[in-house]
Amino acid sequence: MELNRLTVQQLSELLEKKEVSSLEITQDYLNRIKRIDSDLQAFVTLTEAEALAQAKLIDEKRARGEDLSSLAGIPMAVQDNICTGGVKTTCASKMLNNYIPPTDATAIARLKKAGSILIGKTNLDEFGMGSSTENSAFFTTKNPYDSTYVAGGAGGGSAAAVAAGEAAFALGSDLGGDIRQPAAFCGVIGFKPTFGYVPKTGLISSASSLDQLGAFSRDMTDMALVLNTICGHDAYDSTSAVVDVPDFRESLINDVKGLKIGLPKEYFAAGVDSKVATKLQEAIKILESLGASCVEVSLPHTKYAVTAHYIISCAEASSNLARYDGVRFGQRVEGEDVLSLFMKTRGQGFGEEVKRRILLGTHVLSTAQYDEYYTEALKVRTLNKEDFAQAFEKVDCLLTPATLTTAYKRGEMTGNPLAMYRSDVCAIPASLAGLPAMSLPFGLVDQMPVGLQLIARHFEDKTLLRVGYALEQNTDQTRLKPSLARG
Amino acid sequence: MSTYEAVIGLEVHVELKTQSKLFCGCSTEFGKEPNTQVCPVCLGLPGSVGVVNKKVVELATKAGLALNCEIGTHTWFDRKNYYYPDLPKGYQVSQVFRPIAYKGYLDIEVEDEQKRINITRAHIEEDPGKLVHSGASITTSHSSCADYNRSGIPLVEIVSEPEIRSGAEAKAYLEKLKAILEYTGVSDVKMEQGSLRCDANVSIRPVGTTTLGTKTEIKNMNSFRAVQRAIEYEVDRQIAVVEDGEAVIQETRGWDENKGITLSMRNKENPDYRCFIDAELTHIKLTPEWIEGVKASLPELPDARKKRLVEEYGLPAYDAVVITSSLDLAEFFDATLAQFPDAKLISNWIMGELLRLLKAHSMELSEAKVTPDRLAKLLELIKKGTISNKIGKEVFELMFKEGNEPEEIVKEKGLVQISDEGQLTEILAEVIAKNPKSVEDFQSGKEQAIGFLVGQVMKATKGQANPGAVNGMLKEMLTKK
Amino acid sequence: MNITEKDMERLSLQSRLELTPEEKAAYTKSLEESLDYMNSLKELDLSTTEPASVVLPITNVFREDVPQAGMDKELVFANAPEEEEGTFKVPRII
Repeated sequence: MELNRLTVQQLSELLEKKEVSSLEITQDYLNRIKRIDSDLQAFVTLTEAEALAQAKLIDEKRARGEDLSSLAGIPMAVQDNICTGGVKTTCASKMLNNYIPPTDATAIARLKKAGSILIGKTNLDEFGMGSSTENSAFFTTKNPYDSTYVAGGAGGGSAAAVAAGEAAFALGSDLGGDIRQPAAFCGVIGFKPTFGYVPKTGLISSASSLDQLGAFSRDMTDMALVLNTICGHDAYDSTSAVVDVPDFRESLINDVKGLKIGLPKEYFAAGVDSKVATKLQEAIKILESLGASCVEVSLPHTKYAVTAHYIISCAEASSNLARYDGVRFGQRVEGEDVLSLFMKTRGQGFGEEVKRRILLGTHVLSTAQYDEYYTEALKVRTLNKEDFAQAFEKVDCLLTPATLTTAYKRGEMTGNPLAMYRSDVCAIPASLAGLPAMSLPFGLVDQMPVGLQLIARHFEDKTLLRVGYALEQNTDQTRLKPSLARG
Repeated sequence: MSTYEAVIGLEVHVELKTQSKLFCGCSTEFGKEPNTQVCPVCLGLPGSVGVVNKKVVELATKAGLALNCEIGTHTWFDRKNYYYPDLPKGYQVSQVFRPIAYKGYLDIEVEDEQKRINITRAHIEEDPGKLVHSGASITTSHSSCADYNRSGIPLVEIVSEPEIRSGAEAKAYLEKLKAILEYTGVSDVKMEQGSLRCDANVSIRPVGTTTLGTKTEIKNMNSFRAVQRAIEYEVDRQIAVVEDGEAVIQETRGWDENKGITLSMRNKENPDYRCFIDAELTHIKLTPEWIEGVKASLPELPDARKKRLVEEYGLPAYDAVVITSSLDLAEFFDATLAQFPDAKLISNWIMGELLRLLKAHSMELSEAKVTPDRLAKLLELIKKGTISNKIGKEVFELMFKEGNEPEEIVKEKGLVQISDEGQLTEILAEVIAKNPKSVEDFQSGKEQAIGFLVGQVMKATKGQANPGAVNGMLKEMLTKK
Repeated sequence: MNITEKDMERLSLQSRLELTPEEKAAYTKSLEESLDYMNSLKELDLSTTEPASVVLPITNVFREDVPQAGMDKELVFANAPEEEEGTFKVPRII
């Protein structure tokens, strides 16, 4: 049995029927990682011993007849900018290459409590800054469909791991497409919940007003199970929303009749690859055949939203990354006085793109530049929010390409960080507006996965699952298997 | 010299009286082992996020209202970005754009003149940690050690308008501010524990002009007296600079208490704090009803209390100012008065004996063992004539140090006043016999001679004789003869 | 948008990032490009638009004033580059 190709739900059923043990599942995943990860390079750290010990523990609990959740005994991967107590958490940065957090992030604690097994920490662009994992201080994660292509980023490690059967599901964080874009490139589902839905305690964020914890999975049912566990208010996080969380499994109904779906014209005008656009039309046809109506809508400030997002994310990063000074934790490069200690530690500890964004962020927040850039960006944020509000007066959700193109070749964009940033045009506006957004796989173009994106109103995350589930039930295009997984 | 006037604004940091820090549950207790009251939030560990302490908002609102401020109904927190090893996150959380309180004032009295000092703003911010330098001073140290117990302790920073004109006014402002914050329970206001700190912005300008001169910021002043001295020094220094035809340099200067001078702290960098909103923290929205509720909970403030003491009890203004300058003292006064209804007499004892002893022993009232109840009992004993006023002072000192009941002390030490005529007649006769010269003087019309004779009686009775009774009896006995 | 040598010096110091001359040259060019890109916001008339620092402002999320025990000492210094007698040691300030 190919355990590592099964969904969480399928594994859970096998576990319940005692046809397989968690130890066997975990071992199977570990074996797979050992076989393929030296090429794929999705993982920064493996937690083999702890994972096996945890799996045994869960098996014992099950043997005793304890009531266990669907996630119990299921191996998960966690992006390496999410704190795991006692397990190295590096943000794929030299700065933190030996950093061991004292406690788990709230979302991790919730998953562990549900019995999920941490199998390892996944690669990302350093501090989440990038779209291809090529900015990782350690190595570049490859695309499981073709190792000469990028896995996307920042969360390329988690996306590749789930796609290639190295983890049943994975956690990541999305600041401007960092879950959705790699999910699209690797052919898995990537979900960025509404800002504030998942507590952020323990997420090492570079931009506080944008970053959101989310997840990668292989189907909608699995995503519902993960969201059920990680969403919900946390008294220790000021930005965590005080709202009721539904049982997301209730959205798994094969019914989109009467649903109004908006197609934002600016996303199609932004330079979508024609083959990707064709796949999108196929999806629209399926949804219409199921009784949904698709209408064109306009989000006129889309282009400016990307610019504003860039200004805000750099500004916030310049401040959020100020704590890395070599005094209390992290790498330290000695200097003769405090100033030179700080300058050297940070100059040598951070990679090229991180330093670039810190410099840019520092510049736009300078008193002389403040109103010219930062204040204007915040105003555009208002316009972007209004754009979405107006669209959502007419429709229940939006359907867009998740990315303009399928995955590109490694090295293709590395010399042009700005162009790489701007390629995330489809993902960024929803981040800027804090809206829930999901990318889901929809077939292949030239052997590489295509991703669609769904965006809904604040706290209407369940709508995304409903539409996604309907597609999943009515086409086989959402269930992809990478060549690496075949090999 | 008189052709210049000083323009002084004060920035006062006051630690709020909470059990836990501003953004985390770590204790705020003073004087613990370094880094024992820290957690991921106040150490700024990656991934940590804080939650605002509700009590901080209440106390800051209280402080604002007590300082006659308007209260912002929608405020938030901002980040002030700068690097220093005592600042764990590389930014200090403060309220830059929307302070919780603004546009207030307080009234001071200097040399019997009342003056209003406007308050620009009072905002919430977090304290950084503390650095201990290995050498004698920061400039001679080869290393420093960071302790983050203070990191995240809640403060309000109270900024005055540059309307203070002298060191004495600055001191009066601080004394009034301290009293108000103490009355409202907002802070312990202990300068020696760092729960009240003051920086002064000082500049000078020719009298009659209104443009502001270049200011210097004075730091490291550890007492109100030091603030006054530092300002007086700095004003003189700036005048001397200008009169030498040079320009005052905008800089931060440290007060050297021993040398009595301010010294440039030589900042290399002109900081640009790049302030912007902290998206990780809650916005604060206060309803007018809630603010009214806090207002209603304010206790009687120093000015009102002073007025009551003067108008209701007829105390001299000076006494009233002194007594109300500290909540402990004012409470002591009121509690004593409740048991012994002679305000002026109580005031005399507080202004005289109590303050004298506190000063002599460098003690806080809370450390002294004398209570209002015992002072009232003591005054009752004097009033009844059980002991003399002079003996009363001795008893008071014993109560102050040892805390016994006055009756006990009087009984134990045998201090009961001798008023009994039979007992006194004998002693008086003896004194008269021994001092024929004074008797003669008195009888020949030198009235003052009786004073000497009373003194002798008091001496013979170790002060226990009732001087009034002695005086009357002596006169009677001497005129009879 | 022009980034002068002086600007780059200031940014390097303000950000506490020691940069090689090569890095400075590269970042100068890259920052100029980024700022030119950011200047596209000037195409918009934003004079009447309110800024939004966050999208879903969280209001009055408070904690009660209840003290809790601090972290275990080993954890406090577990990641410390240099500890001395229960403190974090740094070189001289000035």
